[in-house]
Amino acid sequence: MKITEEEVRYIAQLANLELSEQAVVQYSRDMEEILTYVDKLNELDTSAVEPMAQVIYEGSETATLRDDAPAPSFDQETALREAPLKGAGHFKVPKVIER
Amino acid sequence: MDSYKTLTIGAIRQGLRDGSFSAKELAQQAVSLAEAENDLYGAFLHFCPERAIAAAERVDADLAAGKPLGPLAGVPVAVKDVIMTKGVRTTCASRLLENYVAHYDATVVARLEKAGGMIFGKANCDEFAMGSSNENSAFGPVRNPAAPDRVPGGSSGGSAAAVAGGFAPVSLGSDTGGSIRQPASFCGVVGVKPTYGRVSRYGLVAFASSLDSIGPFARTVKDAATLLGVIAGRDPLDSTSAAVETPDYAAGLTADVKGLRIGVPKEYFAAGLDAEVRGRIEAGLKVLEGLGCRITEMSLPHTEYAVATYYLICTAEASANLARYDGVRYTRRVENPETLEEMYSKTRGEGFGAEVTRRIILGTYVLSTGYYDAYYRKAQQARALIASDFKKAFERMDAIVTPVSPFPAFKLGEKISDPLDMYLSDIYTLNCSLAGNTGVSVPCGKTAEGLPVGMQIIAGHFNEATMLKLGDAFEQAGGFTV
Repeated sequence: MKITEEEVRYIAQLANLELSEQAVVQYSRDMEEILTYVDKLNELDTSAVEPMAQVIYEGSETATLRDDAPAPSFDQETALREAPLKGAGHFKVPKVIER
Repeated sequence: MDSYKTLTIGAIRQGLRDGSFSAKELAQQAVSLAEAENDLYGAFLHFCPERAIAAAERVDADLAAGKPLGPLAGVPVAVKDVIMTKGVRTTCASRLLENYVAHYDATVVARLEKAGGMIFGKANCDEFAMGSSNENSAFGPVRNPAAPDRVPGGSSGGSAAAVAGGFAPVSLGSDTGGSIRQPASFCGVVGVKPTYGRVSRYGLVAFASSLDSIGPFARTVKDAATLLGVIAGRDPLDSTSAAVETPDYAAGLTADVKGLRIGVPKEYFAAGLDAEVRGRIEAGLKVLEGLGCRITEMSLPHTEYAVATYYLICTAEASANLARYDGVRYTRRVENPETLEEMYSKTRGEGFGAEVTRRIILGTYVLSTGYYDAYYRKAQQARALIASDFKKAFERMDAIVTPVSPFPAFKLGEKISDPLDMYLSDIYTLNCSLAGNTGVSVPCGKTAEGLPVGMQIIAGHFNEATMLKLGDAFEQAGGFTV
């Protein structure tokens, strides 16, 4: 499977990742090698196989649901503590709307 | 206390009871030794002495008051730095979280401290638990205590090295595709990956949510069983933790394994397996046979599809889980971004290392429009086939025994430039993870060069008790040095 540098740039944009030109070249090579390898799965006839998203164990459908009761959670100060920029009880980010 | 490096949980209990040492002395010893010798292997990223001393003082107070001791009373514990420790840095070995201080304790941390455990340091690992050699840590690699020019395995390399190097009798790691079992095998210690859902992941920084699990490292199966017993069990804070009873694992190590049916899948002994590793595993199987186990060759036909299946699923899930590191909430943000988009992409571009970036790119690709069915859905179907292999096998078998890794620990730098080659080295641990089973790596002799070999015992869902009983019987019969 051929992966062009342009495709890598597009994917990086979807993932909000800035890549150097050198990284783009490297990842297009890596992706090509890995995706060629995973083509191996096409040897398998999976037309009648239900996809498995999660490991399911025996138990009632609601066995892992807790009661919908309020419990203490983080206060605002704690939740904001590790933010790089904050103010007036909010996370601050660069301006997104022009006045 | 010159025997610190070989202490077990039982010996600590005895020493506390007969007054040979206090918990506080042990905690101080743990920190000072690990700090003084950390340059040897780089097993720790940072230490939390105040926390360890506070835990020790609680144990000493209980002891003085004649109160019953918890199962981990006075036991120094190293915790992989992807597990939250309130008020202590939790970096995931990433530049992006270099200064991140956790807001809360992971459930496993709270439980092990309630049981008297003393967390004194955070263990090095591959960045966000992604890697098989611990060379992807942003803060430097870990060296293998058994052979310091070699890798300790990954991603929980620091947790394995902390135990193998004598810095902690037990530690916690996380295992998504083999990240506990493979480093345990490379370093010559015991490492348990519990059944999916057995141990709460509340407070484990998420990598691939359908696979992630937390488990113990130890020098003996009994110590691993004790630690697992403390951390296991339903947690209302993690909806994926199972409402299943936790047996007393340590009490169940009766050495009575006569008649247990052990399957040996032929696919795990095919081309690519190092001859010396094969020799040790075959010698290990003889030990189990000598204990009265019934060994049968069998087949897990979809084994060869595990690497492709796993690296599609784990990268897809990682790309979603790591989207949260956007420069808004978690300490690091690029300086003076002009726009929101620039803040996102530059913060992430600078913050993530090469392997994490590679996995986000691959995962984003396989989930993107037009490729979802061809890759992600296909991998989920292959996963169902792999899981069904195991389900059928466990109708006839009590456990499955395999190598943990196709080869012993490799040299630092040997595989890091070839990502696919590194991924392929995970072949024997991935199937067990994809099926959600439990697996343990136990030491099984050494190569002629003195490199540890690990034997993997896999059991079906929530059957850790049988697996650990086998591992313990193997240890008692001298299997660790076979």
